[in-house]
Amino acid sequence: MMTNMVGALNNALDLLLKESEDVVLLGEDIGKDGGVFRVTDGLQAKYGEHRVMDTPLAEAGILGTAIGMALAGLRPIPEIQFAGFMFLGFDQLVNHASRYRSRTRSALPVPMVVRTPVSGGVRTLEHHSESPEAYYSHIGGLIVVEPSNPYDAKGLLIKASHMKDPVVFLEPTKLYRLFKQEVPDGMYEVEIGKANMVNKGDSLTIVTWGTMVPVVRNVVTKKNVDADVIDLRTINPLDEKTILESVEKTGKVMIVHEASLGFGPGAEISARIAEKAMYELSAPILRVASPSFPYPFPGYENFYVPNEKKVEQAIEKLLSM
Amino acid sequence: MDENSNIDMNLFPKDVTDAKILDMYKTMSMARALDAKALSLQRQGRAVTYAPTLGQEGTQIGAAFAMGENDWFVPNFRQHAVFVARGYPLDKIMLYWRGFEESLAIPPEKKTLAVIVPVATQLPHAVGVAYAQKYKNTGSNVVTYVGDGGTSEGQFYESMNFAGVYKLPLVMVIENNQWAISMPRGKQSAATTLAQKAIAAGIPGIQVDGNDVIGVYKVIKDALAAASDGPTVVECITYRLSMHTTADDPTKYRNDQEVAFWKQRDPLMRIKNYLVKKSLWNDNMENELADANLKKIDEAVEKSESFKPDPQSMFKNVYSYMPDVLEEELDEASKANFWQ
Repeated sequence: MMTNMVGALNNALDLLLKESEDVVLLGEDIGKDGGVFRVTDGLQAKYGEHRVMDTPLAEAGILGTAIGMALAGLRPIPEIQFAGFMFLGFDQLVNHASRYRSRTRSALPVPMVVRTPVSGGVRTLEHHSESPEAYYSHIGGLIVVEPSNPYDAKGLLIKASHMKDPVVFLEPTKLYRLFKQEVPDGMYEVEIGKANMVNKGDSLTIVTWGTMVPVVRNVVTKKNVDADVIDLRTINPLDEKTILESVEKTGKVMIVHEASLGFGPGAEISARIAEKAMYELSAPILRVASPSFPYPFPGYENFYVPNEKKVEQAIEKLLSM
Repeated sequence: MDENSNIDMNLFPKDVTDAKILDMYKTMSMARALDAKALSLQRQGRAVTYAPTLGQEGTQIGAAFAMGENDWFVPNFRQHAVFVARGYPLDKIMLYWRGFEESLAIPPEKKTLAVIVPVATQLPHAVGVAYAQKYKNTGSNVVTYVGDGGTSEGQFYESMNFAGVYKLPLVMVIENNQWAISMPRGKQSAATTLAQKAIAAGIPGIQVDGNDVIGVYKVIKDALAAASDGPTVVECITYRLSMHTTADDPTKYRNDQEVAFWKQRDPLMRIKNYLVKKSLWNDNMENELADANLKKIDEAVEKSESFKPDPQSMFKNVYSYMPDVLEEELDEASKANFWQ
């Protein structure tokens, strides 16, 4: 079927609900309303209020309840309406979801997928545009996934729900309806922990994910840049192998993400490259990211989020070194 | 049963026989003996920071006896007596206080979640477990615990609210031991009772003498019997006779008279006096029980102290699989030999 990311995610949830009674969806306005982005549209009508649950407005309650469900043998898929509101439930992810498996030596794992929309570019109010992947990746014990296209979105969500781990599943709002793609009708999995090489080249390596994937690809196509473009798909655990192999080939690397620069995910990737492939590099590692302060009001967001021009300049700089 | 062992027969639960009271007393004694041992081990440097249960055995054993085998138990960090009553191996309880995760490798069929330290954050888990019972129609209920301080947490309110909305088979026990470290109950909340907080969530809230093990048993039993219709909040009025944890010095914030007042209301004493009055208990039996308990505890301590930690287990239980990046950290750590 030809579908956008919203349709692909809806289809994945539909298949998962059909596949197992253990799958339960819960979140604010996900039932009758189908979620504020309509990702769960029609699912409550199909599977009932007990399986697609509208919850009271309480993020710690939603995530904590989902953890309890998972510990008791269900496979919950909670939705947090916006990543900016997930911090009210941050405690449950940091203190419990990430640790329950290890602190019970795998006796009590937490199989759940926390879905939440991330990143900006759709002119929303404050607290609706955050890119929080570094927070969740830093903890350890949480798998952090972010698709950049409908095919990956469906396959990664299905894979995430089939795993016996807590997965934070970040959905870039800007890409929800940006484009359509041919997506298989049935069940399929996209491997978690494996990056996707979306463009091949020899002159430089660009590591990116989420909203920045189409930005980078546009520049590379328009300017005919001879670059490996790696769409990480899984932020944590990192597919270090794919990155290092490419860097060893190209000798030049830049990391492009929408999250702000300081202490961001690019720092982690950069450090790993420096530690393991320093002598393969012919230029410093570059990071292209939003500036190091919180996300601005929507009137300013086009000045904040990296755009094609910023990426293009960085590429030119790196190639000239 | 009041502090002078007088029983109000109008309230007395019909299913409580003298044999059951005896059993409750023995279990409370074991829990208290284990508590004393853990405290002593900590003072000898043989256990990590420890949170004593002294004085709260009535609240814990009453609930444990009211629960069915298939009911779930979602603890915080001070319910060792419930673990004892539910037959969790003593050496595993001790292993937690020796500081090893293997203590919490609780088989899922035990229907018991792990000890939780951040206050009130286990309550939504109890909600989720209760939802799963209702969803799967298992007939099981859930009992969870929170302290008086924990009722100030947002997640306490969120959990009551969720449980009320979905009419879940959940009993939330407020173990009001009067002190949240140095904060007295009176300063914790302007509410006259903590049980009344349930009103805001539209669910029943009951207050009971938490040092009356039979009273607690009755109230929890009734709440569990009604659990298919929805949750109940039970506030048990008890007292923390000991310190918050071994890192705490309660003489800094409370006086001896208050502690002496509550010692007169000791949950074990009133049951023991009742049993002695009925000639079901005597000093000989008390000594024999103490010896038997100590023997079991010593064996458990020995077993927990013989536990050999495997540093690799830290790495191997983070995810359902071993990611390359973590494997590399494990390899590096193994080869570096600094685990010696």
